[in-house]
Amino acid sequence: MQQGFLSKNPSVPVFLGILAAFTLLITLTAEGTGTGAVSATFVKVLGRTLCLALIAVAMDLVWGYTGILSLGHFAFFGLGGYMIGMWLMYQRTRDIVVASLADTPIPATETEINDAIGNQIFGVVGSSEFPAIWVFADSLPIQLALVVLVPGVLALVFGWLAFRARVTGVYLSILTQAMTLALALYLFQNESGLRGNNGLSGLQNIPGLEAVPPATVTMWFFWASALALGLGYLLAAWIVSGKFGSVIRGIRDNEARVRFLGYSVEAYKLTVFTLTACIAGVAGALYYPQAGIVNPAEIAPIASIYLAVWVAIGGRGRLYGAVIGAVVVSMLSTWFTGGRAPDINLGFYTIKWVDWWQVALGLSFVLVTLFAPKGIGGLVDIFTDRRKAGVAGEAGK
Amino acid sequence: MKRILLAFWAVLLWTGLAYAQTGPLQTILQENRDLIEKSSRQTIQPAINAIADSGVPGAADLLVTWEARQMYLRDSDGLFFRGVEEADRNTRLFDLDTGEDMGVYERGAVDQIRPNSGVQGLINAALVRFRLSDPDPKARIAALQSLERRPDAESLELLRDSIPGDPDPAIKARKERLERLLTITYDPDESARIAAIEEMSSEVAVDVRAALNPLVATQTRVFEGAVPADLNVARMLEPGSDALSREAAYEMLVAAGNAPARITPADVKAALGEHVDGGLVGGVPVHSLITDEARYGAYAALVRGGLVPPFLTDDDVERTLAAYTFAEIYSDPSPAITDAAGDALEKIELKVGLYTFVDLVLDALSLTSIYFLAAIGLAVTFGVMGVINMAHGEFIMMGAYTGYVIQQIIPDHTISILVALPVAFVVTFLAGVLLERLVIRWLYDRPLETLLATFGVSIALQQLAKNIFGTQARPLTAPAWLDGAVTFNDVVSISSIRVAIFVLAAIFFALVLLVMKRTRLGLETRAVTQNPRMAASMGIDPNRVNMLTFGLGSGIAGVAGVAIGLFAQVTSELGQAYIVQSFMTVVVGGVGNIWGTLAGAAMIGSLQKGIEFFNPANTLAAQTYMIVFIIIFIQFRPRGIIALRGRAAGD
Repeated sequence: MQQGFLSKNPSVPVFLGILAAFTLLITLTAEGTGTGAVSATFVKVLGRTLCLALIAVAMDLVWGYTGILSLGHFAFFGLGGYMIGMWLMYQRTRDIVVASLADTPIPATETEINDAIGNQIFGVVGSSEFPAIWVFADSLPIQLALVVLVPGVLALVFGWLAFRARVTGVYLSILTQAMTLALALYLFQNESGLRGNNGLSGLQNIPGLEAVPPATVTMWFFWASALALGLGYLLAAWIVSGKFGSVIRGIRDNEARVRFLGYSVEAYKLTVFTLTACIAGVAGALYYPQAGIVNPAEIAPIASIYLAVWVAIGGRGRLYGAVIGAVVVSMLSTWFTGGRAPDINLGFYTIKWVDWWQVALGLSFVLVTLFAPKGIGGLVDIFTDRRKAGVAGEAGK
Repeated sequence: MKRILLAFWAVLLWTGLAYAQTGPLQTILQENRDLIEKSSRQTIQPAINAIADSGVPGAADLLVTWEARQMYLRDSDGLFFRGVEEADRNTRLFDLDTGEDMGVYERGAVDQIRPNSGVQGLINAALVRFRLSDPDPKARIAALQSLERRPDAESLELLRDSIPGDPDPAIKARKERLERLLTITYDPDESARIAAIEEMSSEVAVDVRAALNPLVATQTRVFEGAVPADLNVARMLEPGSDALSREAAYEMLVAAGNAPARITPADVKAALGEHVDGGLVGGVPVHSLITDEARYGAYAALVRGGLVPPFLTDDDVERTLAAYTFAEIYSDPSPAITDAAGDALEKIELKVGLYTFVDLVLDALSLTSIYFLAAIGLAVTFGVMGVINMAHGEFIMMGAYTGYVIQQIIPDHTISILVALPVAFVVTFLAGVLLERLVIRWLYDRPLETLLATFGVSIALQQLAKNIFGTQARPLTAPAWLDGAVTFNDVVSISSIRVAIFVLAAIFFALVLLVMKRTRLGLETRAVTQNPRMAASMGIDPNRVNMLTFGLGSGIAGVAGVAIGLFAQVTSELGQAYIVQSFMTVVVGGVGNIWGTLAGAAMIGSLQKGIEFFNPANTLAAQTYMIVFIIIFIQFRPRGIIALRGRAAGD
């Protein structure tokens, strides 16, 4: 089985090899562990990009392979971030509060500590009570489980409702977008219990690791992100290579025919939808501690559409395409909107990339959709097809 | 009484005229010179009355001058003048009766009459009456307004006196209404007040409620033993009931000084902190005081040592409370009045509730027309043609910016809006045609890719708008005649702009329906949508029809943009705010049907307003719940409210 799985997916060893080499290279040159040629800030950017690549793999699984254009996966990503963020924020605030109460003549009771933490965290939204959803915030294992469970359950319920009603195609896309919008609007309220539009902040400070230099913590997150991407890629490749993979590709190409063949289309879709939501949650939980803050704006529908953009530009229906798309587009976006790209002086008008990058991205997206539906990943085909053709030609001699 | 007074002053007037060649006002002032110079609130009233009741034409002006501290006394002969301060603190004097310029006087030669605020108040009260019967209707209205803002007991009689002689029926009616309101609050006669209360209970106006509410205001008070019989009791309160918790009742006693304060956990902590002794408090090590029980234990030890006041047990509190009676007392002593006011308020509340509902329906209607306007273009491109155009919102934005640019060129707001509507249509029509020709027509068989490609167009257009117009909101100003509101009463009102949008939405509904059902283009569009090949065989050019239909839908979006820009902020993100709602509207209503879009907009609009009504502080929550509701709604009617049947429904 293992043999067949890998031989069906020649991209897997290549991809894992590249990822491992890349990780090693960064490790050797990074500020935290190596020569210091690569700054900790840039390692953070790279770590975040790996997380984005992971959610792009999930998106490819649900869209490129199963044909469900979900415009809601970034919401799952954000939820994952919120779940880990709750523990990070609670625990760190607790450490600070306990330290500040240490000098008082009478030691603080548990209730007083909790009240003080509540004041610290929720004072910004005019409250001091812990909402019910924070009940497990003091427990890292439970919050880690929730990183997977909350997006998973939300996807399960939403998917069950949507697929059961046979909402397909663009209608499903719009419905997932509505779900994302509803979630974002809900989180924007101060009453949501997650600090409204302030979001959860200070997530880059990992409680208990104050003694470790920040550059080293950055490396840990980088490694964790690389590991998660590698495992996620492996899992996705394994899923799409077996019979399950054939069925979901069948659903993508002709849903009615697969249904008539006796497969429970809804169950397959629901499985993929839920599983990818869980992967998205994990990616988010790794991403936001590296970003430092998670707020409802991250979840806004536009983010999920950008996710679709990455996958489309990278090339749908091929897992490495999703990775390429996410890495290339997000890195380019960072570079162009960061103000470091050189402006183009046309004499009568200077094109500032900060202003025009979005326009270029939008238009290039139209062009890719029209003229290169296979995306950047399609370039690989040119290479491998030629080799295959060459092999076939030699065999023919 | 009054007649006698008048006669008295008439006589004085005559004698005054007899002994001096001064004007009548000067005469009156001279009669009361002592009082005016003394200028005390207790004694000044006769002087004011003398002027006010004199009937001399300039009396009111004299009072105004006096009140404004512009009256001066000339030291040389003791005559009064109106004075205007000039440079180097000299004063120019004018004769009060004739207005004749008497020349400039030095500081020492004149005395300014300076009525204090008490006297000023009395003068003002006298002035209200003057103005209430002033021949100038504007002055009467001004007096009424000031009385409406600051009602007072003295004005009631004056108001009543002025009513019969008022020639203007509208002002007269207003006076009569104000008289009723003042009667409720100030009339000494109880039955007159009750009659007024009952009369006014048919109105829902805010001022009526403002007059009635103080009558039923209560105060929670505590009594030792029974409540005194002369108090007007609203209800008795039992400590421990919903209206008055035991804690709150006890707090009242503490505040009144009738009971010792309870020891709170904070008190305990403070007391423990004060009695730390070598790491021990009451024999308990400090570091072990991390639970409430441990702290109470240590505190109990301190109590035993007599260092701190003891805890109050629940029994102590209970016993203390039992000795007192708690009751809500009306501030108005008359039960008949408070009962009548309570009944009237109840009646009014019922009516207010009804009108609030009417107002809510109007709100919902207006939101419906906004959603409809935003979605109707989409109903054509998405609903009829089946094209997912994510750039639809950007067409709305484009229309709004077109309106803004037109307003920069044509300053007159009415004309510019009238010009902007067709221009926005043309601009977005062309943009739509361009988009269809360049992008969408290659993707008719791949709807998901249309979604992505048009999304690319959407972000490009948004950024383009940002580059051209900047990030700050641009104003699109409505013409002045749309500024006001259509007001039915104090509860029901709707801003004119919303009425205009409603009318616009209705016009567009009719127009689109007409185009789709009654024109060649509409027929061809429907034919091409249902079966492009068959339509082509019949001699219809599907390319041309698709292009025109898409242009039509986009053009309508542009016009909607102008309308939306009138009340929303015109930014590059304007379209974003409407795109998801618009798609929901079309999907919920039923794809392919203009009536369905109307139904969808009506449902979403009224639902959102309905939810907002129950939680008015939180429109975000309303939107969240609405979307959740729509997701559930799609479960039961996946094809929307008005679903197409048969072949027209397509796949």
